[in-house]
Amino acid sequence: MKKMMIALLSLLFLISACQPVDLNAPAPVYNTGIDPDSWVTIPAGPFLHGQFDEAASIDYDYEMMVTDVTNAQYAEFLNAALADGTIKIAGNEVAAYYAGDEFNGGRHEESIEAGDYILIPLDDEALRLDYSGETFSAKEDWANHPMTMVSWFGAKAYCEYYGWRLPSELEWEKAARGEDNRPYPWGDTLARNNANYLSSRDPFEDMSTFGSRTTPVGFYNGNTYDGYQTLDSASPYGLYDMAGNVWQWTGDVYELQHYRYMRGGSKNVYDNNLRIWVRNNATPTFVSPAVGFRCARQENGG
Amino acid sequence: MRWLSERFRFLFRSTKGLILTAIALVSLISALFGMLSGPMAEWGIKDVIVRALHMNLVEAEREGRLIILYHSIAMIVIAIETYMIVDLLKVKDNLKVMINSTITIGYLAVILGGLPFAYWGHSWPLHGLYIAGLALIFFAGCTLIYAIWPWREEFKVTDNEYAHTRKGYSLERIAFFAMAAATLISALFGAVPGSYYGNGFETFLAENVVREPVKTVLDLSVIGHLHIMLALIAIACALIICRWMDFKGILHKLAMPLMIVGSLVLAMGTWLVVPFETAAHIVIYGGSTLAMLGALLLVIFSWRKLIRIGLAEKGIKKGNFFQGVAALCRDPLKFGVTWQMVFMNFTVSGVGIFVAVKLDEIFRVWQYMDERSILTGHWHILATLTATILLMYYADFAGLIGKARQWFGWILIIFSDLAFGAVTVYEMRRLIVAEAVQQPLINTTTLLGDIGLGAVLLILAVIMVWRLLDLFKKKGRWRKEADEKLEIFEEVTK
Repeated sequence: MKKMMIALLSLLFLISACQPVDLNAPAPVYNTGIDPDSWVTIPAGPFLHGQFDEAASIDYDYEMMVTDVTNAQYAEFLNAALADGTIKIAGNEVAAYYAGDEFNGGRHEESIEAGDYILIPLDDEALRLDYSGETFSAKEDWANHPMTMVSWFGAKAYCEYYGWRLPSELEWEKAARGEDNRPYPWGDTLARNNANYLSSRDPFEDMSTFGSRTTPVGFYNGNTYDGYQTLDSASPYGLYDMAGNVWQWTGDVYELQHYRYMRGGSKNVYDNNLRIWVRNNATPTFVSPAVGFRCARQENGG
Repeated sequence: MRWLSERFRFLFRSTKGLILTAIALVSLISALFGMLSGPMAEWGIKDVIVRALHMNLVEAEREGRLIILYHSIAMIVIAIETYMIVDLLKVKDNLKVMINSTITIGYLAVILGGLPFAYWGHSWPLHGLYIAGLALIFFAGCTLIYAIWPWREEFKVTDNEYAHTRKGYSLERIAFFAMAAATLISALFGAVPGSYYGNGFETFLAENVVREPVKTVLDLSVIGHLHIMLALIAIACALIICRWMDFKGILHKLAMPLMIVGSLVLAMGTWLVVPFETAAHIVIYGGSTLAMLGALLLVIFSWRKLIRIGLAEKGIKKGNFFQGVAALCRDPLKFGVTWQMVFMNFTVSGVGIFVAVKLDEIFRVWQYMDERSILTGHWHILATLTATILLMYYADFAGLIGKARQWFGWILIIFSDLAFGAVTVYEMRRLIVAEAVQQPLINTTTLLGDIGLGAVLLILAVIMVWRLLDLFKKKGRWRKEADEKLEIFEEVTK
């Protein structure tokens, strides 16, 4: 009997490990009141960079999007870019041309040749967009959530389509931190209702089934949503979601490596990864339900 | 007063007492600080502990805190292995006292200085105490290699069953010596960057820089240091088990040269990481293969011996397969130490080799965070697995017999392996499940891992409580153990 019980329990564990995840499980819909089309100016000047507060400076003013690019915004871009031929459908993915990187023969470096590269996959259930065969639209309930399942090429293509660009790591860091040495965009400590991270217990999360999901952009702004009180977690310059929710692609291409860097932590990582200086990276074709982006621009169009 | 001094003498002057004290301290430290990360943080226990103990956790200092915590735990484990080595090998009494006292004061200084410095705000005198403790442990190591110096007349082997040179010098002792010497040199590879701290060198966790294409000399030095120290702790553990199992015969003669050359080549490979990072890996593979072959021969010897003894006890001359397995598993502690070495191949060595071979093809295509998960799981399993082997040895000489021995041994084997297996699946999860649908797998592996580790900590706590209660008895086990040596199989020398 005992052996039977042990066998049954083991089987139960194994079955529970294999149970399907409903990626389309209903999600609450909230208007956060933060406009994803808004930008803020980050002034030129010195700031403290990295974990050990190295002195750094950016000698020009630049603007960054207040929030991550949303599914609705990205769908709009895809439709426009598809219509004018900037991007194309190639099999089960949306692709666009990239001019390639200089190859320096670094250890583990892989060559990124000129050619067409994936922007987003079309056959991945985690994508929060629908494609009718002609047009893209954001899935119901997910329009104001950050665009995910987007490669570095996809993020870059979006920004450049509108004459903008991805922020450099330094630009991203200054925008998140301001001029002091805070570890989080809003200050020194992290509470569960500051940001969306692993087991942060936000209304979109259910760790017993689908796990952590994205929250709408600008969600942590001090508003209360069906009784869930958030803290206003904007950065010193007023950017939201600079810690948690989704990793954000940055634009730097470094010598001796093909990896592209992401900042900010995500819904799928522990709190210590939300510290401003923590970096993640991946090949530029990598897509994930926990990776998104936002754009930067300068007045002169740079 | 006499009550106290007698117990103090046992806990801080006898080998078995010193080991008990060290295990109790490392258990307390692991239990307390383990509550500050992983699922414990997820469940909110970290917040409670931090508030209750008034900890001061500055976010920018997390990596430094972890480094001090790892060193505190590692120094206690090194002290435990040192107590065992000076008891298992013939060492002059005065040197034994000197080594044991130095390393004990050393690790106490490390934890009493380091942990408050790391977790309760910076007090530089405490940091000084921490450094002084590390220095004392290094000095104890220097004394150890002098004390066990294998090329002395009195340490020559007289029994041909044990591996020795033509002149009679014990190869097993040389293996201990090589391991200890390599450890001391490797310690310098951590000490040098440490001494530059704040002067161009900042703390970092090695798993955080694996994808950096350019690393500084000091970075590489730290990376080499941590890899070799963990490997040498595991090799020391294997050599200790050789003594416990009274490893001898032809396999001993084959294994000891492999252990010696393996330890030295492995160590040199990690030192070579500094000037020749790419070539160093090939040397490391060579060294670790040799050391692992040596351990394999120990496993073969040990299992054959356990089967032979088990069958003989039942009066069976030549048993069938099932009788052989029953005989092998008769004593979970003696079977467990070498079984864990075999299991290590599935959860550590095998995974490590697979990752190395498929690095560019699979693992470097993933996001860095997924690769980091493998690295962190990998060395946590190696460290904990080594600890379970030492715990089994401790349970044996602490006098665990009968059903208690069976329960302790089997719970330790089954539940620790359950945890290690679950963590292995967790860390490699991207091979079998996409990020979007990973939660059920994470939940199951986390649950199994927690059940496994929880059970191990529970039986460890039971043993510690048993030994604590024993200290209150006038004629408890402690009184007998105060003068006992560790092993019945003494090193056979002139």
